Amino acid sequence: MLKNPYRLSDLLMTITVWFSAALVVGAFFWLLSDLALHGIAKLNWSCLVSAPENAGRDGGIGPILVSTLLILGVALLMTIPLGLGTAVYLSEYSSGALARSIRMSLDVLAGVPSIVFGLFGNALFCIWLGLGFSILSGGLTLACMMLPIFIRSTEAGLTAVATEWRHGAAALGLTQAAALWHVLLPAAAPAITAGLMLSIGRALAETAALIFTSGYVDRMPDSLSDSGRALSVHIYDLSMNVTGGDQSAYGAALVLIVLLVVINNVAASLADRFLSQRITTS
Amino acid sequence: MLARVTGGIALAVAVLLGLVLMLLVRESWPVLVGGGWTRFFVGDGWFPSSGQFNLLAMLWATLAASLGALLIAVPLGVLSAVFSRFYSPGWLIMPLRRVMVLLAGIPSVVYGLWGLTVLVPLIAGWEPPGASLLSAILILALMILPTIALTSEAALAAVATSNLQGAAALGLSRKGIVLGVALPAARVGILSGALLATMRTLGETMAVLMVAGNVVQTPASLFDPVRVLTANIALEMPYATGDHRAALFASGVLLMLIVTVLAWLAGCVGARSNA
Repeated sequence: MLKNPYRLSDLLMTITVWFSAALVVGAFFWLLSDLALHGIAKLNWSCLVSAPENAGRDGGIGPILVSTLLILGVALLMTIPLGLGTAVYLSEYSSGALARSIRMSLDVLAGVPSIVFGLFGNALFCIWLGLGFSILSGGLTLACMMLPIFIRSTEAGLTAVATEWRHGAAALGLTQAAALWHVLLPAAAPAITAGLMLSIGRALAETAALIFTSGYVDRMPDSLSDSGRALSVHIYDLSMNVTGGDQSAYGAALVLIVLLVVINNVAASLADRFLSQRITTS
Repeated sequence: MLARVTGGIALAVAVLLGLVLMLLVRESWPVLVGGGWTRFFVGDGWFPSSGQFNLLAMLWATLAASLGALLIAVPLGVLSAVFSRFYSPGWLIMPLRRVMVLLAGIPSVVYGLWGLTVLVPLIAGWEPPGASLLSAILILALMILPTIALTSEAALAAVATSNLQGAAALGLSRKGIVLGVALPAARVGILSGALLATMRTLGETMAVLMVAGNVVQTPASLFDPVRVLTANIALEMPYATGDHRAALFASGVLLMLIVTVLAWLAGCVGARSNA
């Protein structure tokens, strides 16, 4: 028998790979356990509904949750119709100059740092349009950030629908609008849902774009033109600007992560059910 | 009818996207015209109140933090992808991927919070002040690791099984298969994942702002506190006016240019893999 000349280096490789994986898992276990332990220590039901006191060291995050959801709502109200319309246009109608320029600017904007969107939102919404530091400004800025992600994944989903389906719908005498509503959108549902989830995730996680657009005010907002503090901005403010705010920041961080996971799952299952029902009954 | 409606919406979105680019340039115009773009790269340093807008120190800090994070995260990310494709026991693969997906979705401000409360004190105990280039590198590396691991794993999964079986049939060891066949075949996917991660490190604001110490200086050692371009915008925007504000917008444009070049490179890499 020949002695296997590779045995030692094989062993080294195996050790390296296992060691790297263990290092990565260990680091993240450290991070997640810190988040969970510090976070749970701070959390209870009343803290979800009560107002922050003492600059956030005590009290809850009620108004902040409301502001966060309002900002997200504004952003989604803008993103979904605009995004769906643009994606349909890009995939169904055009290979012209408009579509090319939209695609190019989407590609550029998808990678633009969020702080740059913050600058833009501050200049356009807060100052030019006179909305000031408000939930509306913040939501609209986030919508600009979400549009590239949402349009691209929706367009990819629509493009992936087989041409036969379009021909079949046309042969059945469906108008283009009916074909879109009853065939194409349901068929592209998984991609649309995925794009929506990615966009919501990015919006909820966003901090830098909101500091100069929706602001820091931690009172309960009276209207959309009030300034409102998003959860991520709250975490930032507590950990950087408030001495002794770390524990509350961990609590808020845990709430934010749970919110992200829950919203993603709910959005996925809702969209799946809604759209799959339509395609089977129509 | 539908074409007209969606065309109208698409036009509105195009105008909106155009506005982003136009406004950034317009807002930075005074300082670009007033002193020429060279004033961002020459001069004594960043002293906005006396009209000195030298961004170089912060640009170096940005590049150093990104490069350091990539040097740590790319090997570890690729190796953990290799682990879950080729070395891991079967029951471990799905939980590992779930955790990676969860981690990829954790907001950067949460990474910053953890860095500030756990990592910075640790480094401070070793070599004060703690808030430093090193902590920025470590936090950024942690942030992009899940992305790199997931994209590398997808790239490795796309390698044709027949290639791997062929390599095994030729008598290659597991190491030989990984290094000789799988990784070379997946290199384009791994590279474009790394480019995406680079874009994220360059554009990251909160996590770096929270752990890097934010002193404007060219980093001379890993333990120096530094300020990156994005953090500078976040820190000074609240009180900046006039030329100072315009200079911040100009640094935003600079960031956008760097990221656009990277996105274009990633596009080229992707196009080559399809060809």
